[in-house]
Amino acid sequence: MSEIATSEAAHPAHLQHHFDSLQEQSQVASLGMWVFLVTEILFFGGMFTSYLVYRSTYPDAFAIASKHTVILIGAVNTAVLITSSLTMALAVFASSEGNRKSTVNFLTATWVLGFTFLVLKGIEYTIDFHEHLVPGAGFQMAGTNPGHAELFFSLYFIMTGIHALHMIIGLSVLLVILYMARRGDFSPEYHSPVEVMGLYWHFVDIIWIFLFPLLYLIDRHR
Amino acid sequence: MSTAVLPRENYLNTDYGLRSWFLTTDHKRICILYLLTITLFFAIGGAFATVMRLDLATPAADLVSDETYNKMFTMHGIIMVFFFLVPSIPATLGNFLIPMMVGAKDVAFPKLNLASWYIFTAGGCFTLWALISGGVDSGWTFYTPFSTLSSNTNVTLAALGIFIAGFSSILTGLNFMVTIHRMRAPGLTWFRMPLFLWSMYAASLIFVLGTPVIAITLLLVAAERVLHLGIFDPARGGDPVLFQHLFWFYSHPAVYIMVVPGMGVVSEIVAAFSRKRIFGYTFVAFSSLAIAILGFLVWGHHLFVAGISVYSALVFSLLSYFVAIPSAIKVFNWTATLYKGSISFATPMLYAFGFIWMFTIGGLTGLFLAALGIDIHVTDTYFVIAHFHYIMVGGAIMAYLGGLHYWWPKMTGRLYPEGWGKLGFITVFLGFNLTFFPQFILGYMGMPRRYHAYPPEFQTLNVLSSAGASILAIGYLIPLVYLLWSLKYGPIAGPNPWGAKGLEWTTSSPPPKHNFETTPIVTEPAYNYSELEETAVV
Repeated sequence: MSEIATSEAAHPAHLQHHFDSLQEQSQVASLGMWVFLVTEILFFGGMFTSYLVYRSTYPDAFAIASKHTVILIGAVNTAVLITSSLTMALAVFASSEGNRKSTVNFLTATWVLGFTFLVLKGIEYTIDFHEHLVPGAGFQMAGTNPGHAELFFSLYFIMTGIHALHMIIGLSVLLVILYMARRGDFSPEYHSPVEVMGLYWHFVDIIWIFLFPLLYLIDRHR
Repeated sequence: MSTAVLPRENYLNTDYGLRSWFLTTDHKRICILYLLTITLFFAIGGAFATVMRLDLATPAADLVSDETYNKMFTMHGIIMVFFFLVPSIPATLGNFLIPMMVGAKDVAFPKLNLASWYIFTAGGCFTLWALISGGVDSGWTFYTPFSTLSSNTNVTLAALGIFIAGFSSILTGLNFMVTIHRMRAPGLTWFRMPLFLWSMYAASLIFVLGTPVIAITLLLVAAERVLHLGIFDPARGGDPVLFQHLFWFYSHPAVYIMVVPGMGVVSEIVAAFSRKRIFGYTFVAFSSLAIAILGFLVWGHHLFVAGISVYSALVFSLLSYFVAIPSAIKVFNWTATLYKGSISFATPMLYAFGFIWMFTIGGLTGLFLAALGIDIHVTDTYFVIAHFHYIMVGGAIMAYLGGLHYWWPKMTGRLYPEGWGKLGFITVFLGFNLTFFPQFILGYMGMPRRYHAYPPEFQTLNVLSSAGASILAIGYLIPLVYLLWSLKYGPIAGPNPWGAKGLEWTTSSPPPKHNFETTPIVTEPAYNYSELEETAVV
């Protein structure tokens, strides 16, 4: 841990000046991402809380409104995201093995799957729009209190919208990581960017794993 | 000390020019950037308070219109809470001291640290824009449905400004937590850490857990205004009280963001100027964490008159009382530290005493407000105003000024003039108490907050309060002037002018760019004053 031992010549290329070793730097990066994800949980927590409060206040209106969501796209997207988490995990493994070609391939697969999710979500939003499900003057829904159903779709759009925003940010950063991987930056000693990216990606995936049943599935059979 | 010279190379003179400041990743320079920024915001927030106190000097509404007055107290609250008090000690002293106290070259994520300042400044500019282009009148609490349906002022802009600045808080807290976890020097175990680090850790916990909730809440308010959603609109099934729950889930713990770092500063000062180890170190350390955790369980006491159920009010009331326990542990242990100490009354110590005194008054009146019966009587009166100003101004700002004086020689290499320092403290102390003590009485007599006119029988106390406010304003100007003066003319401080313990005092003042020549190795507990031979040069 002594700093005298770290001379300029022995300094690894990716080691920042205020760390003693790549191992220390990577541990710091991981911990930083974990703390950030805790923040993210609380950020989504505000929305989940609001949703649960209104779901329990207006169970009938929410059950009827949720039947208008496009379950086919929702289900396909769930499968797409879970698969992308698999490829992400494989990319992290490949980078820790120093396998550059596999890292690039798996990162590319993750990017394509993530992009597919967003395209499908976009199609779903278009369908929602044509069915007058977007809150505002054009909102229409028969068979229940339209105000309460509108509340469901307000929360639906905010929650899935902010989730999609996280996907967009994730895809942008993933491009940078992909570029670094192609350039051959990563090695068994230094691959913490891939690892930290993986943590974020799995988190965004898990948020969807909660959104899907809450928004699409509960009381659908009624 | 007159023969001493400043160290030839330090973080202030390694390079010059705007680039070297605006693109710096040195935590010490980022501290200076924050210091300048929040001083500006403090002046702006203070200007609004000045207008309010001037208006309240007479019962009639003769200075500003009611709309203007609403904007004044709103902008005073927003600027002071989000752009001065929340970042005050963490972003300045925390940034400067955490890496030095853990014996590291920098915080864990130096670039993120600089980004935090830019994000903070961007959020501040947004909010200032909201202010210049017409102001905001919803109160700093943004209560719905007024803020979402009725107010036709710049609520959206101000909410987005706070939303942006929130990311700065989150990233700062994240940086500090990781730094304290991972960057400690060899031998610096958790229970050898200075108590300032414990309190900054607790505050960072609140930054990380609380700030995202206010972020999403204000985003919902902005979305509701722009997209006309009905999430908080009772006419469409929305619940305005849900907003209050979400808002106070952050904003109550935010009070502890303001005061817990102050407690850390006071612990450092009390130990240094009574030349003793803090009495009950472990208890003081854990009480910071206890305050941070309990702080998340008491938000409901802001909703006692909002129609929450009797049972939840009862539970929130009880939990609020529990906060008194760790707070009292701190006050008692600081007092016990003084016992048989070799006390010197330098300016930082006076501010620490000021903190203990005012925090005690603010804390005890907080218990009045946690009691259901009394709270209903004094809700939304000046009693509440006086209570939280005793905590935030009497507590947090006192500690901030104390800490600024204590570490000023370390930050600048020069001492402030001691006589002027004492005069400044006395002015602040008297001015503060004259401003806010009458407000306890006003509130108890029933004067409501947020009104720009009042019945004539309240005038005497209001005039006293306004007079106190002008003394307080002078009190804040005095340190501003002599601290700036000392930058050029202050006596050279040397590495350790107080003879204090702690890693930050083992390096030169101002410190070199990378803080330490070699990574320090810690072999003793914090505040090991019993082994100290020489006395302080005061």
